[in-house]
Amino acid sequence: MSRAEIAIVGAAETTQMGKVPHLSQTGLHADAALNALADCGLTVKDIDGIATGGHDAAEIAQYLGITPTWLDGTSVGGCSFIAHVRHAAAAIKAGLCTTVLITHGESGRSNLRNHRPIFPSQHQQDFESIYGALFPPSRFTLPVMRKMKDDGLTLEQIASVAVVQREWAAFHPRATARDPLTVDDVLSAKMIAWPFTKLMCCLVSDGGGALILTSAERAKDFPTKPVYLRGMGGESAEGPMVSQMEDFTTSRAFRVSGKKAFDAAGITHSDVDHLMIYDAFAHLPIYGLEDLGFVKKGEGGAFIAEGHTRPGGKLPLNTNGGGLSYMHSGMYGMYALQEGVRQMRGVSPAQVKDAKLSVVHGVGGMFSASATAVLTSEDRW
Amino acid sequence: MSQKLQPTVYPETRFYWDGAKAGKLMLQRCTPCDRAYFPPRPFCPECGSRDVTVVQASGRATLHSYVINHMPAPGYEPPFTVAAVTLEEGPRMMTNIVDCPADPAALTLDMPLEVTFETRGDMAVPVFRPAKGGAA
Repeated sequence: MSRAEIAIVGAAETTQMGKVPHLSQTGLHADAALNALADCGLTVKDIDGIATGGHDAAEIAQYLGITPTWLDGTSVGGCSFIAHVRHAAAAIKAGLCTTVLITHGESGRSNLRNHRPIFPSQHQQDFESIYGALFPPSRFTLPVMRKMKDDGLTLEQIASVAVVQREWAAFHPRATARDPLTVDDVLSAKMIAWPFTKLMCCLVSDGGGALILTSAERAKDFPTKPVYLRGMGGESAEGPMVSQMEDFTTSRAFRVSGKKAFDAAGITHSDVDHLMIYDAFAHLPIYGLEDLGFVKKGEGGAFIAEGHTRPGGKLPLNTNGGGLSYMHSGMYGMYALQEGVRQMRGVSPAQVKDAKLSVVHGVGGMFSASATAVLTSEDRW
Repeated sequence: MSQKLQPTVYPETRFYWDGAKAGKLMLQRCTPCDRAYFPPRPFCPECGSRDVTVVQASGRATLHSYVINHMPAPGYEPPFTVAAVTLEEGPRMMTNIVDCPADPAALTLDMPLEVTFETRGDMAVPVFRPAKGGAA
């Protein structure tokens, strides 16, 4: 029998999401942080560790009035916050700090900020951007034609990801896009970067979220139901040049991070009640299902198209609607974590009945980095 | 319309851009691994050896994957093709496919390609076109 060591005791998103023209990016961080503190009844004076990505962690500390003894500014794109959970857990275990605040804020839509959230890569700029591959829709999508040829993935299967996730989004009052979709709607939407239409690409939103972590032994002192980490999770990186991926049909970073997380948690796939796979574009849940080992390579598209991940299916996936329908600020990983926490607390508007274990898997950059967390409602296993 | 982007030249990549300007696609080859690699760096990404040489690539490649970009990009008229091509020597690189419609009907994976060079100010960048005369 293992006992949980680390718990998430506070979790919240920004008061508003989608279009938030009255808050700067720094302000979105703070709004999320204050909401998470209120969620667990702490104040900034109780926080001694701070982590954020795409933004200077020291700025957030100063803006909120926090004097940290531990900082993490890992910024590898949207999965950074999932990596922060892992790093924070290690820091708390090592006694470097006791109570960590992880914040995310991003003015992705209103652009009330003066910097981009991810470090530019020298090689990416000089050997990829010069070919007009400047934005995620023409970079993240590049491997997919190869996967379609080699693994038999179809356009209809990719479109079905957006359709199924819209079904989940319909449960969430805070989701941006809630109207039902059909595969034909997705395939006939405006072309962005063949074979990707607009409805296969994520939303562009303003918003933020924050988490508060501490040791599991303190977890029952808080007003909300604790959510425990099962194992320390996983992380990896392959690098920011999508053209240099080892294999266009599978993500090495996904495989390494996922295996690390599953091994650390001591779980098998049948233990997983609820799954979040970061979906900046519709192909990512397909890669994720395969690379995490839920299905065999080449079977991810059919698995989703057959309905196994939709409401009532055997593997509820992206139950907030994901980056395609819920919101996507630019670094979406925080929102995947928030839905994982809601599911483990039993309070998601799309609650999976009796769910006790949630895997939250994220991508950073364009298949550049990855991080995976295993959350559970149980304090021993 | 704004100009297409120019790469920044660093000491480690100068040979590559000098080569492109002279109409040559340059790679590096690790002596211990006997293997070509890309993008440029003064050591082998496989084994870390600094025993590497600069070699000229044949310019023959095949189409590994692509997207047809419909979004604006500086100097480009959408739609245009962003591709990953596999060089005959092994490495893969991002590029554009030119002298070929930006149309899925004209872009078949694994089709043979050959390098050509596109002038950008006082520089040139390698791009690829369908190979003349069949298989690469």
